[in-house]
Amino acid sequence: MSRAALLVLADGRFPAGGHAHSGGAEAAVRAGRITSAADLADFCRGRLQTTGLVAAALAAAAALGHDPAELDAAADARTPSPALRVAARKLGRQLMRAARATWPTAELDTVARAFPKGAHQPVVLGLTARAAGLGPEDAAHCAAYESVSGPATATVRLLGLDPFDATGVLARLAPELDGVVERAVSAARLAAVDGVDALPAASAPLLEIGAEAHAAWPVRLFAS
Amino acid sequence: MTAVAPNAAAATASAAAATASAAGVRAAARIVARDDGRGGTSLRVLEGEGPLAPRRTRGSGAEAHVLLVGAMSGPLGGDRFAVDARVGSGARLRIGSAAATLALPGQAPGEARYDVRLTVADGGELHWLPEQLISARASDLRVTTRVDLAPTARLVLREEQVLGRAGETPGRLTSRLTVRIGGRAVLDQELCCGPGAPAGWDGPAVLAGHRAVGQLVVVRPEFARTPVAARMLGEGAVLVPLAGPAALVSAVAPDALLLRRLLDEALAALGPATAGEPAPDLR
Repeated sequence: MSRAALLVLADGRFPAGGHAHSGGAEAAVRAGRITSAADLADFCRGRLQTTGLVAAALAAAAALGHDPAELDAAADARTPSPALRVAARKLGRQLMRAARATWPTAELDTVARAFPKGAHQPVVLGLTARAAGLGPEDAAHCAAYESVSGPATATVRLLGLDPFDATGVLARLAPELDGVVERAVSAARLAAVDGVDALPAASAPLLEIGAEAHAAWPVRLFAS
Repeated sequence: MTAVAPNAAAATASAAAATASAAGVRAAARIVARDDGRGGTSLRVLEGEGPLAPRRTRGSGAEAHVLLVGAMSGPLGGDRFAVDARVGSGARLRIGSAAATLALPGQAPGEARYDVRLTVADGGELHWLPEQLISARASDLRVTTRVDLAPTARLVLREEQVLGRAGETPGRLTSRLTVRIGGRAVLDQELCCGPGAPAGWDGPAVLAGHRAVGQLVVVRPEFARTPVAARMLGEGAVLVPLAGPAALVSAVAPDALLLRRLLDEALAALGPATAGEPAPDLR
């Protein structure tokens, strides 16, 4: 594998559309649940351990070569909010476009054809890592990091939070992030034997509820 | 409330039928409902032991009613409870519980487990409406609820978790709910909260200080053609269509009473559970 390929994929400037999404931070800021860097850290920690863990496991499983259709269905079952399912597919389609241009493979073409409306983003992320010659740990790291970097960046814009503080939050989450990746990858390896039920299903009620409230707003800064 | 205190003597006495040991109590309940061929539902199997005693109560119309009566405290640490309910083709069953379930710390080491398996055949209908699960201080309980529905089966399932009795710090509670229709999972969600749960469980992304959290799952074949429209039910609850013929109400509330109110209103808003029947009375 190439370590530089990981940097290309994890780069916030990789043209996959993630910057338009706040990962639930916009709804949480509006509800008054994030008002400071400390709240942001708490929010990110909760997101990392729930949807972040699930996304990392899905990405790792896809990178290991698990059937993308099965993983996509597993992602649907773990995403009760239709607004979040739509957002995940939209992000998956955008990432697929970038991935096919960057690391073209027959496998990406096949999956793109099978999911014209887009597969769930973590599944596409895992397939992209695979196309880039990366492994399940790399895919899981990207997914887990994205689960917190999105809200952190968004909160800088939403609250006028000091960017240094937001980056500090991310840096201090690094050990937990590594732990989540480890759990995600072992679950993904287990899923190769026991099926997708072995993947984590950790949920965050307020992210699901907030996502639907957010989707109903007439005007918003972020798509989700 | 089913449990009062972790009184080992009382627990052992009333658990005569269950297997009690230093490792905790093992108890199982089994319920099998069948269409009786005369427009009603018969209970072919109605078995339980110790803390899990299913009792038939007066049904309504074609529907059989069963109440799980807690005969002892628990689950305590190390206990393993299991409920298996099967509804045959065309049968209609409603299961409730006489009181809330209180997870308590026990003498035995390790977590307690409560595993619920619900299976409904084509044309069958199950209402699984137990009272709240309360996680008391220092308890450690893992719950799994797995529902397997045939493609034309119907379901109303409510689960409510309350983190601690009034003003009490909760124990650790992990609860996974999986609903399959025709073998395909339409819902797979796990909530882990309380001391020892992964960090952030009480933060702004997950529960943010709410002490009651619940889900209501409604499965009706007609949702395949006309799914429910997603909508907010107040600030802490939402009704959403799942990726299949199912609807979910997900809710958080400051306490058990407010949570129940939210879920009752949501079910009423979904309309009668069966065409031509009045809206169900949720106890």
